[in-house]
This record gives sequence, C-alpha cells and structure tokens, in this order.
Amino acid sequence: MDFNDTKEEATFREQAKSWLAENAPAYQGDHTDDFLAAAKAWQKAKYDAGWACLSWPKEWGGRDATPAEAKIFADEETEYDLPVGPFLIGQGMAAPTMMAYASEEQKARFLPKLASGEEVWCQLFSEPAGGSDLAALRTRSVRDGDDWVINGQKIWTSGAHYSDFGILVTRSDPTVPKHMGLTYFFLDMRSPGLEVKPIKQISGQSNFNEVYFTDVRIPDSQRLGAEGDGWRVALTTLMNERAAIGGASGEMNFQTAFNLASETDLDGQPAIVDRGVRSQLADWYCKEKGLEFTGARSQTALSRGEVPGPENSIGKLVAAKKTQDIASFCIELLGMTGVALDHEQLSAYAEAYLGAPGSRIAGGSDEIMLNIIAERVLGLPQDIRVDKGVPFNEVPMGAK
Amino acid sequence: MNFEFSAEQNLLREQAVGFLSDRAPLSVARRILDGDETYASEVWQEIINLGWTATAVPESHGGFGFGHLELCVVAEELGRSLAPVPFSSSVYLATEAIASAANDVRDDWLPKLACGEVIGCVALYEVSGAPDPDRMNDCTVSDGVLNGGKRWVTDGAIADMSVVTARDADTGNLCLYVVDLSAEGVQRSTIDTIDPTRNHADLQFDNVSAMPLASEIGDSTGLRRLLDRSAVLFAFEQLGGAEAALNMAREYALGRYAFGRPIAGYQAIKHKLAKMYVAVQLARSNCYYGAWALATDAPELPVAAATARVSASQAYRECSEENIQIHGGMGFTWEFDCHLYYRRAKLLSVNLGGEYDWKHRLISCIEADQAA
Ligand SMILES: Cc1cc2nc3c(=O)[nH]c(=O)nc-3n(C[C@H](O)[C@H](O)[C@H](O)COP(=O)(O)OP(=O)(O)OC[C@H]3O[C@@H](n4cnc5c(N)ncnc54)[C@H](O)[C@@H]3O)c2cc1C
Repeated sequence: MDFNDTKEEATFREQAKSWLAENAPAYQGDHTDDFLAAAKAWQKAKYDAGWACLSWPKEWGGRDATPAEAKIFADEETEYDLPVGPFLIGQGMAAPTMMAYASEEQKARFLPKLASGEEVWCQLFSEPAGGSDLAALRTRSVRDGDDWVINGQKIWTSGAHYSDFGILVTRSDPTVPKHMGLTYFFLDMRSPGLEVKPIKQISGQSNFNEVYFTDVRIPDSQRLGAEGDGWRVALTTLMNERAAIGGASGEMNFQTAFNLASETDLDGQPAIVDRGVRSQLADWYCKEKGLEFTGARSQTALSRGEVPGPENSIGKLVAAKKTQDIASFCIELLGMTGVALDHEQLSAYAEAYLGAPGSRIAGGSDEIMLNIIAERVLGLPQDIRVDKGVPFNEVPMGAK
Repeated sequence: MNFEFSAEQNLLREQAVGFLSDRAPLSVARRILDGDETYASEVWQEIINLGWTATAVPESHGGFGFGHLELCVVAEELGRSLAPVPFSSSVYLATEAIASAANDVRDDWLPKLACGEVIGCVALYEVSGAPDPDRMNDCTVSDGVLNGGKRWVTDGAIADMSVVTARDADTGNLCLYVVDLSAEGVQRSTIDTIDPTRNHADLQFDNVSAMPLASEIGDSTGLRRLLDRSAVLFAFEQLGGAEAALNMAREYALGRYAFGRPIAGYQAIKHKLAKMYVAVQLARSNCYYGAWALATDAPELPVAAATARVSASQAYRECSEENIQIHGGMGFTWEFDCHLYYRRAKLLSVNLGGEYDWKHRLISCIEADQAA
C-alpha cells in the first residue's frame, strides 16, 4: 500500500500542476453572465495545450492517457474554481455513448469539437412521466423514409438553452414492454419543431428546461444502436453519468464548515469549541475522507488495469446529502446573516442550500442510488414491478 | 498510487480466513460466552504457531519482519471472526508499546511476546472517560516501585505482563512502565462486561517493581503514540466485525419470507442494507489510509488514526444494530449470534476512548495542523 504516486504518475502530476499554475488562474471564478463563454474559453485553452479529455484517443482530441493520468489531471484541476459545468454531459456522457455506437465519420465529426469545447451537448432523457422510471418515457418516434419524426416533451434538460446537440431516448414501439420499445438518437438542437422553455428552479436560476418536440425530423443515420435497442444504449450513458457525477465535495465541504465554526461566535466563544459542533465536523471529515480514499481505491484498480469495483456507487449518494447538511449547518451558525440578502446577494451558504436538493435528485435520486446498491452490489431482489412484461400502452399511469 | 493490499497480503488474508473459519467459528466465541473459560486457549496456541503474534516484530527480535499492513489484514479477519483470544491486548497494545521501548526492556520482552511465550496487556484506565493523561493520577512509580490501581484492563486476568501508565513520583510526568503480572503485590479481580467473550480485570499494584519503557523520561507522548498506532489496528477489527454483521443480515434477509416474498425485497430492508454497505465502504477506505500512515509512520498518523477509528466505530454500530433489527425477534434471542456483534461493537468502540473522544481528538489534530 503506497499512497504516493508512482514515478511516472508523479512526473505527470508535476506537469499537470505546473501547466495549471500557469494557465488556470486567468479563468478562475467566473460565474458571471457569460458563464458559457468563460467555460468555452477554458476548454479551448486545455484543448490547445493537450490537456482536454485526456483519456480519449489522439485522433478525437485526447492524448491516449491512462485512466489514472486522467484522474490525476481532474484532481489537480479541482484545486481551482474553474467553469467546467457545461461540458460534463457532452464529454462525460454523450461522448462515451458516441464512441460505442456512432459511425467512424460521426465520431470524427463530433468528438473533436466536444473536446475543444466548440460544441455543447445536453441530455434529453427525463420526461414528466419518466424520471426515476426513465423507461416509462413517452416521446414518440415514428419512422418516415430515411427520417424519424419525433413528437412529445422532455423536461429537466440541463443546458438545453445553450446546447448545440442533444442525446435523446424515444419510444418507437408502445405495444411491447417498456424497455423493449425504445430507440436512441442524437440531434441538432436547432432542428425545426424543437422548442426550449426555461424552468425556474428553487434557486431562482434557470439551468434546466422543458423541451417540446413537434414533428421534429432526425435522419436515421443519427440513430445510435438498433431500433428498439435504445434502453441498452441509454444504460451506457447512465453508467457514465454516475462516474461523471462522482463524489466530489464542491464548495460546501468540511473545510468551509470548519473555517466558519472557527470564526463564528457561539455563546461567547468560537462555535468550534462546542463538543456538538466538533462531533458534527468530525462526521463530515470522515465522510469526505472516506469518499476521497474510496476514489483512491478505484484509481488503484484503474492503474492496475482492472475495472473499479462497485464501491464508487456510494459517491454521489454520500456527497449530495453532505453538501446539503453542511450548507444548512453554516446557515444555522450564522443565524439571520445566513439567510438575509447582502448587497442583493445571498450568502454562498444560502445559495448552496437552495441548490443542494437538486443534487439529491439529479442523476438518480438518493432512493434510486440505494436501490442500485441494494440490487446490483448486494444482490438483493428487485422491487415488485407491476409493469414487468406488460405492453407499454397497457401499463397503469398516474399523471398524464 | 497503490491503495489496496498487495497480492501477498491478500494471500495472507486467504490463509487467515481459512484458518479462522475452520478453527474459530462463532461457536467458539459462544463457548466462551456461555462457559467458564476466559479465552479460547487452543485457538490462541494455533495463532501463535501460525506466527501471527510475531507479524510486525522485527526479525532481530524473533519476529517475521512483515509490516503493519500484514497486521491490519490479520486484525480485520480476527474482527470478522470474533475469535475470543487476547490478540488485541498482546499484539496491538503490549507488543506495539514494547517495540518502541528502550533497548533492554525491548530485548527482554519483545521476543517473548513475539513467540507467544507471554501474553501482554496494557493498563490505562483509572476513572471513567477517555484514557487521557489528566485522568491518570492514581498509579505512581517511585524508585522503580509501582503503587496504585487500574480498572477495566482487557485481558487483565489472562496476561503475564502489562504495560502500565503511571506518574513518575519525582517529576509528575506520565510514563509507560512494564510490569510482570506474576510478581508479588499484583492483585487481579476479574470483572464482567457487556462482552463476556473478552476477559477484563481490575489490577491493584502494591509495591510492584516496574521498568520504564523509555530511558529518558518524557511526558505522555509515548501514550499518545501508542493509542494512535493501536487505534488503526482496532479500527480494522471493527471493520471486519461490521462487514460480518452486514453479511449476516444480508443472508438472513434473503432467506426470511414475509408477505409472500423475501424481506430482502422490501425497500425499507434494502435501503437499510445499502446504508450499512455505505458505512462499511467509508470505514474501509479510511482504515486503509490509517494502515498506510501506520506502516509508513507518516506525520498524518494522528489524523488518519482518528478518522479510521471514528468511521469504523460508526460502521460497526450501525451494522450490528441493524443486523438485529433485520432478524426481527430471532435477533433478540440469546441463541442467534446477532448479539455477539452487538456486544463486541460497543466494547471495541469504548475500549480505547469512545467515538466522541476520537471525534474531539480528530478536530483538535486538524486545528493544530492548520494553525501550524
Ligand atoms: C438539477 C437537475 C438537473 C437535471 N438535469 C437533467 C438533464 O440534463 N437531463 C435529463 O434527462 N434529466 C435531468 N434531470 C432529471 C432527473 O434525472 C430526474 O429528476 C430524476 O431522475 C428523478 O425523476 P423525477 O424528477 O421524475 O422524480 P420521480 O421519479 O417522480 O421521483 C419522486 C420521488 O420518488 C422516489 N422514487 C421514485 N421511484 C422510486 C422507487 N422505485 N423506489 C423508491 N423511491 C422512488 C424518488 O427517489 C423521489 O424521491 C435533472 C434533475 C435535476 C433536479
């Protein structure tokens, strides 16, 4: 057991560190109006210097780096507060799906522009009637000559309003059981008949959208996987989603709570003197370190050329709730200062508090993550599913 | 980065699993629970024959010259098996203390501990609360003679020697001493605890000869270091126990039917088991960090040990509690083994200072690191 890098890894880390030290500060901390432009500029800088999408093949804009090297760069990059959000879906989820299912020409056309940040992608999966139960989605696709015609509605589509392309799961056959009648596509977000409407979130921002499809045409050449095989393709995307979201601790971490507790007065002394506060801080420290070292165990598997075990499935589950708890704790320490607007701005704690519930729902809710651990890791029986084996158009539905 | 045990270490684990499931199944712990023996002496003898007591002892002192990573592997498996033997007292505590002692004491005792000729223990507690120096004032040593009493000494009635914390009568410093428990003036009275599979005793010392572990008498840093080092090993025992309780709960849930299907199919039970799994994974990862810090004697050891200890205590608590819950009424019977883990979890959690003491210490260490 050796917690340090191998010689090669250490060299690589040094290179990453020094390149970041020289280049990252200029792009740091830009969360302002032109967030997207800032993100694109940073991505382009990485791409030009050979630090984008490291583990991808060179021909598609990567540099054939090992997974361990990619992880090293990602770790070093999080040392800076950089605008990377808009690319998570495209690079982390759409790209692996394209690599597995798209034609060579399509890969050559789309992957390099994903790597360079020129094009942004979104994920058109969830629907009003298909969230956790994604395969219950209803957006229809009907074959028409060399095209498919799409009608229906997607919802919660992050970044749809600024995306160039999207990955889309549709129902091509409602007469077979739900997982069997799905077909997967990618499409141009500027296609005629496609309408994007922002949804206001509890944070007041509008990062996600409703997307309406009215006779939107997609060429059959943009189908990924066979007709009716969309669920299998979607699983490739979802597996990568969980890996992409991971267990990173973000801004509301142990250190944030520790600093605030050290500075904030509670009954005439710093809050951190209080045993209850200390106990709470220690809990978060242990969770945060536990996730960090769980990541290190996965990285070990990667650098040995093995597939990481299921232990990483705990990351998002633990991290999302911890973020919410820390934000809530910090506000409690501050009292009214924590909730009141200052210069028309909410405190970072309050912003995080309002954003945190979304993390516990997006990309598989807490309950779905627990189910996944229970079923796929511990091998427990699946929930009873009354829709199993039933043709989709005969399944009982709630909200229509 | 290499953050897993090596192939050789995993081989050792396989041997340990094989040996313990064959020679120390839960029926052995139960024999001690229900009978008059203080420990499973035949299992202990075989453990000695396997060389486990010599695992991390240098070859110069009769050891195998493996390292502490190997010891962590053994600790995890012993924790899983609940083997009723004085391994933790003799190896994680006494051997660890003696290994860092001054030459003559070390040369005297280390080979004997390594080959199992003597069983060691460590006597810390005088009053309730964490084993902190300010709670240790009764035992004093003057001119090499120890007087005073120690309470709740794990394996105190089994051990042949004990490391004892006591105050130097001249300087008032708290130091570690070694005492031969067969010496005249040593009185031991066995006490009962929540976990009868491990022996405990109160020790009284009346004019007993005591050798200091370090030649230059320092303050309580020796004690602190010992607690940090052994905490990692105890955390591995807790980890093994927690995972065993999780597995036991999982097995039962798969086989027990209610309302026409296995209870393992109900979400309330599935999510309980998934949360136990999460707790075990977090504890495992933190234990590995502790193992690394212990094996390399890294400056991070105090923080790493506290993190491992807190996580492992939490995981064992959750898993042993929920294991009973998942067993329903069966889990509450003497006959089922659930309570063996439940008892051991609580004993191990407090035997070296409880969860809240370690949390306090963890934050104190981080404060000190960040102030520096
Ligand atoms: C911030 C944010 C960004 C998002 N971005 C995208 C995006 O870019 N693209 C996209 O396609 N989607 C996106 N989503 C949608 C997200 O994937 C869904 O919200 C999520 O899968 C949950 O679905 P739902 O909202 O329909 O809730 P529901 O599925 O209706 O769940 C409601 C509640 O029921 C629980 N529940 C549901 N099923 C079960 C079950 N079997 N067992 C136990 N409990 C259950 C859930 O855990 C939840 O608590 C985003 C969501 C959020 C919050």
